[in-house]
Amino acid sequence: MKDNLEGIDLEPYGETALNPDEERILDDLGIFGADRRKFLGQSLSSVIGLFAFQLLAKEQAVGAITPSSEALYAAQIGVENAVDVTFKVNGVSKNLAVDSRMSLLDALRERLDLTGSKKGCDQGQCGACTVIVDGRRVLSCLTLAATCKGKEVTTVEGFAKGDELHPIQAAFIKYDGFQCGYCTPGQICSAVALLDEAKRGDVSHATADVRKTGTGLKLSSDEIMERMSGNICRCGAYPGIVAAIAEVNSGKQTAATWNFASEDDIAAVMRTEDKNDATV
Amino acid sequence: MRPFKYTEVTDPAVATRSVAANAQAKYLAGGTNLVDLMREYIATPNELVDIKPLGLSQISPTSNGVSIGALARNSDTANHPLIRKEYPLLSMAILAGASPQLRNMATNGGNLMQRTRCPYFYDIALPCNKREKGSGCSAVEGLNRTHAILGHSADCVATDPGDMANALYALDAVVKVRGLDGKERSIPVNEFHRLPGDSPEKDNVLVHGELITGIDIPKNKFAARSYYLKVRDRASYAFALIAVACAIEMDGDRVKQARIVLGGVAHKPWRSTEAEKIVVGKKADKGTFEAAATAALAGAKPLSHNAYKIDLSKRAIVVALERALAG
Repeated sequence: MKDNLEGIDLEPYGETALNPDEERILDDLGIFGADRRKFLGQSLSSVIGLFAFQLLAKEQAVGAITPSSEALYAAQIGVENAVDVTFKVNGVSKNLAVDSRMSLLDALRERLDLTGSKKGCDQGQCGACTVIVDGRRVLSCLTLAATCKGKEVTTVEGFAKGDELHPIQAAFIKYDGFQCGYCTPGQICSAVALLDEAKRGDVSHATADVRKTGTGLKLSSDEIMERMSGNICRCGAYPGIVAAIAEVNSGKQTAATWNFASEDDIAAVMRTEDKNDATV
Repeated sequence: MRPFKYTEVTDPAVATRSVAANAQAKYLAGGTNLVDLMREYIATPNELVDIKPLGLSQISPTSNGVSIGALARNSDTANHPLIRKEYPLLSMAILAGASPQLRNMATNGGNLMQRTRCPYFYDIALPCNKREKGSGCSAVEGLNRTHAILGHSADCVATDPGDMANALYALDAVVKVRGLDGKERSIPVNEFHRLPGDSPEKDNVLVHGELITGIDIPKNKFAARSYYLKVRDRASYAFALIAVACAIEMDGDRVKQARIVLGGVAHKPWRSTEAEKIVVGKKADKGTFEAAATAALAGAKPLSHNAYKIDLSKRAIVVALERALAG
């Protein structure tokens, strides 16, 4: 591996060449500026070398194929049955040349670096890939990217305004609406769309009488469970998910039952543990 | 997934011409079933003709009922005020199927075209006459707990998986189809799907290239008393083990008209005119409903693992009729 990388000039792969996810990883590691470049260089011969190699190789590959046009990209890598698609993703216009077989999910993840939407089953059974297209929640794994011309797609990356979370996102944290988090982007997209459906007065299988019409529905737990049945959570975080949606749908805030520990809280716990250790 | 040519069409004439000209071409609408089948190599078209740009999504009242566009979404259909008020059985049936995400994608025409969920149909390593004519049926001697008890053949014991169609059968819907010559033909929905016989590869009577343009439902007096009961392995987002679409019109304390359709029991929605005849003119009580249920299942022939469906269907018919009667 080292041999393969010796010819690579690290300078172009400084901070500005990393994508936001990669930036975040290095930020989390507390590595900035010149240190970051040094880290990338040093890590080639370390255990983290594999990670760095993939990161650098990806940067190099992306640099090499960044096309002057999508048609050129399609020609360069030989996209079969290429379809030219211009659509909006989280408010930003995107143009892609996609293989006619490419799902919207793969286009988001593999071409647009929006890896929030998850591939769970890839056959329309789990809901992890749920996104909102033209205001409706759909499964991006069963949506061909070729069919998205002129559409507006919103993914989980599109809800927060800077550091300000969407109320559903904040409620998921407040009510512990996830454990491993893999299904969460789909759950969030589904829940955001569900709120709009309730506002419009859409009915569900749990609705007692579909003949009765009305808007601004306040949903029971049974209604929320039925309306979220297309999103499977293997960790079983359903009670938290239902509680989070119920709070935002009802507009009635209840007190949080937990919160992140402050530094003081942690220090207090550490002191107690030290004492316990001393008595053993 | 095999490579395929993708084209969009905005003109129905171009659509039918494109598909008719290529035996390997298919129409693409919502894609919720077709894309999945293609990913599993069960469907291997070399060309998809995307008909969504055709429109055909209107739901509008007609002099004799309602006309529903083939490309109207399942979710829009189930939530349309006219459907909810006048044809609640259709709303209930659609809402009992799939998930909100899938109903947002799936179209009404596509729903009628969906294929069986027999696990052997989906397993390309095993024989299946529906997938590959003449290869044999793995289900007839295999795990057939979810399979047919009525109308099946030695060649195929698969069931139609739909919910929407069960309601359409009860509501005497008519499927409007554009032919290759550009002329429209109307197919009563209960003649749309086929029983398997010796050609289970054919789910319905459409000729390759024919295009569903809409579904008409005549006016009826069932809105006050109809019910869709779905029995499945989990509370939501699962195919029916059995389902009952039923509707009653009363005349005083007597039944004037009734519709009883079973889902999940046959290769097509199973309308039991025998059961309907039994309740017409009778008092709407449990005894009448039980007699109807017995008649509906009289011809049932269970497989090795699905005899439970007979009693389950009978009880479900009684419960569904009671709930329909209660309004």
